[in-house]
Amino acid sequence: MKFLISLHINPAVLDALTDEERAALGVGHGRFIEELKASGEFILTQALADPSQAAVVTVRDGQPVVTDGPFLEAKEFLGGFYLIDCEDKQRAIDVATRIPDTAIEGLGVEVRQVMFCDGHLEA
Amino acid sequence: MTAPDFEDLLRELTPQVLGTLVRRYGRFEGCEDAVQEAVLAAAVQWPSEGMPDNPRGWLVTVAGRRLIDQLRGDRARRERELATAAAEVAPEEVPDTDDTLLLLFLCCHPALTAASQTALTLRAVGGLTTAEIARAFLVPEATMAARISRAKQRIRAAAGSFSPPEGALPEGALPAGEREERLRVVLQVLYLIFNEGYTASSGAEAHRLDLRREAIRLTRMVRAQLPRDGEVAGLLALMLLTDARRAARTTASGDLVPLAEQDRTRWDRALIAEGTALVKEALAEPELGPYRLQAAIAATHADAATAEATDWRQVHGLYLVLERIAPNPVVTLNRAIALAEIGGPEAGLALLATLDADARMAGHHRLLSVRAHLLERTGDALGAYDHYRRAARATASLTERRYLEARAGRVRPGA
Repeated sequence: MKFLISLHINPAVLDALTDEERAALGVGHGRFIEELKASGEFILTQALADPSQAAVVTVRDGQPVVTDGPFLEAKEFLGGFYLIDCEDKQRAIDVATRIPDTAIEGLGVEVRQVMFCDGHLEA
Repeated sequence: MTAPDFEDLLRELTPQVLGTLVRRYGRFEGCEDAVQEAVLAAAVQWPSEGMPDNPRGWLVTVAGRRLIDQLRGDRARRERELATAAAEVAPEEVPDTDDTLLLLFLCCHPALTAASQTALTLRAVGGLTTAEIARAFLVPEATMAARISRAKQRIRAAAGSFSPPEGALPEGALPAGEREERLRVVLQVLYLIFNEGYTASSGAEAHRLDLRREAIRLTRMVRAQLPRDGEVAGLLALMLLTDARRAARTTASGDLVPLAEQDRTRWDRALIAEGTALVKEALAEPELGPYRLQAAIAATHADAATAEATDWRQVHGLYLVLERIAPNPVVTLNRAIALAEIGGPEAGLALLATLDADARMAGHHRLLSVRAHLLERTGDALGAYDHYRRAARATASLTERRYLEARAGRVRPGA
């Protein structure tokens, strides 16, 4: 079963971290990726650029309209995700508990099952 | 022999050869590498130089030499032999025992997760490449390679509990109780592989390996080893009878067609005949098992020319027995469907109500969906609409969601 683990970031929370805490966060993600790769459950991960760089695209009467993002006005935004393939939902949840963000108040880690999938996964 | 014939023969022989080597030497990982090299040598040599009189003995001998070289770590010699040895091999005496079962027990080792058991079984027993297995499960090859390698590590770590003595068949190597338990896991893994193939989105990827057919092939191999085991026969029958409905199960556009609405003329009669014969044979034995009973239920459906002609009393009776020997809320759920056909939708709903307290079924899309169908039949359109909608949200299958949304649309009050 495939699951998307999305990481919801709050810039204010990240800014309040000490340099050591921020470094530990990076190291923690690195270790998490290595563990997941070794267990044969890792598919891919991507981190997204800052939402201030986002463009919201709409088409009205056939005319594209582009405005500055983000689309959702919220304190938190989607910072990145892990796509994994594992046994079942419980295992996905167990995996997610090893993501360092889970230990930081104000950061969100969400597990959702994938329902449809297409394209080459060799990336 | 044509190239595909050679390929089929090699795939059939691979698990037997690997099993023989594992039985002799232990060391699963080393044996697998050695067998792969031997199979490669055969694929190159046999078509041009002709097939040896005893292909299996040839492979065992060549693979055995590779393994011994590996163990000696004599790389230079190994390189030299790769070029010449295969040609001059005189097959040694190979006992006429099939070690496929031993290999299956190893691949379905209880120390492994189900995902690893299926991957390793397809790799070592099915003789599929890592790339083929990765494509079948829609994961990158690197993911599948890591999973298989982790599984082998686990087996090595657990080797203490599984090191069959030379010459011992699995029957002798494992105590009867443990053997029974291990066989149960093997059947479960084979059924998982079948279901993975059965529920895979229809025909979207033509290059995707057919896991259903592979599961049936492997189950036939187990049956050849254990022809008198009723559960093995039952599982094979269940697969054949389920597979028989495949053409009728979805529309051309990939939409799900429920059993009652399937065009039964599109069911595969040959598969039904074979599956039904197996069920009869398996049910003749004194003991009953869950696969046999599920196959018997599938055979009862297959026997009905129309949905209306279904012998629901028999289906209900079989579910009752299944519930007794293998209690499970999903079985009770299925019995509720049969009960509704005999005693009306209210009787079915009453039985469903007994599942509400079961934490395993809370918010389960199958419970919501069955309740929706039964509510629809009582004329409660609002309740049916609500349950179809909730079931559609609860399922993780896109085809199922489309089906449930369509049903919801049909009963929507005021529509």
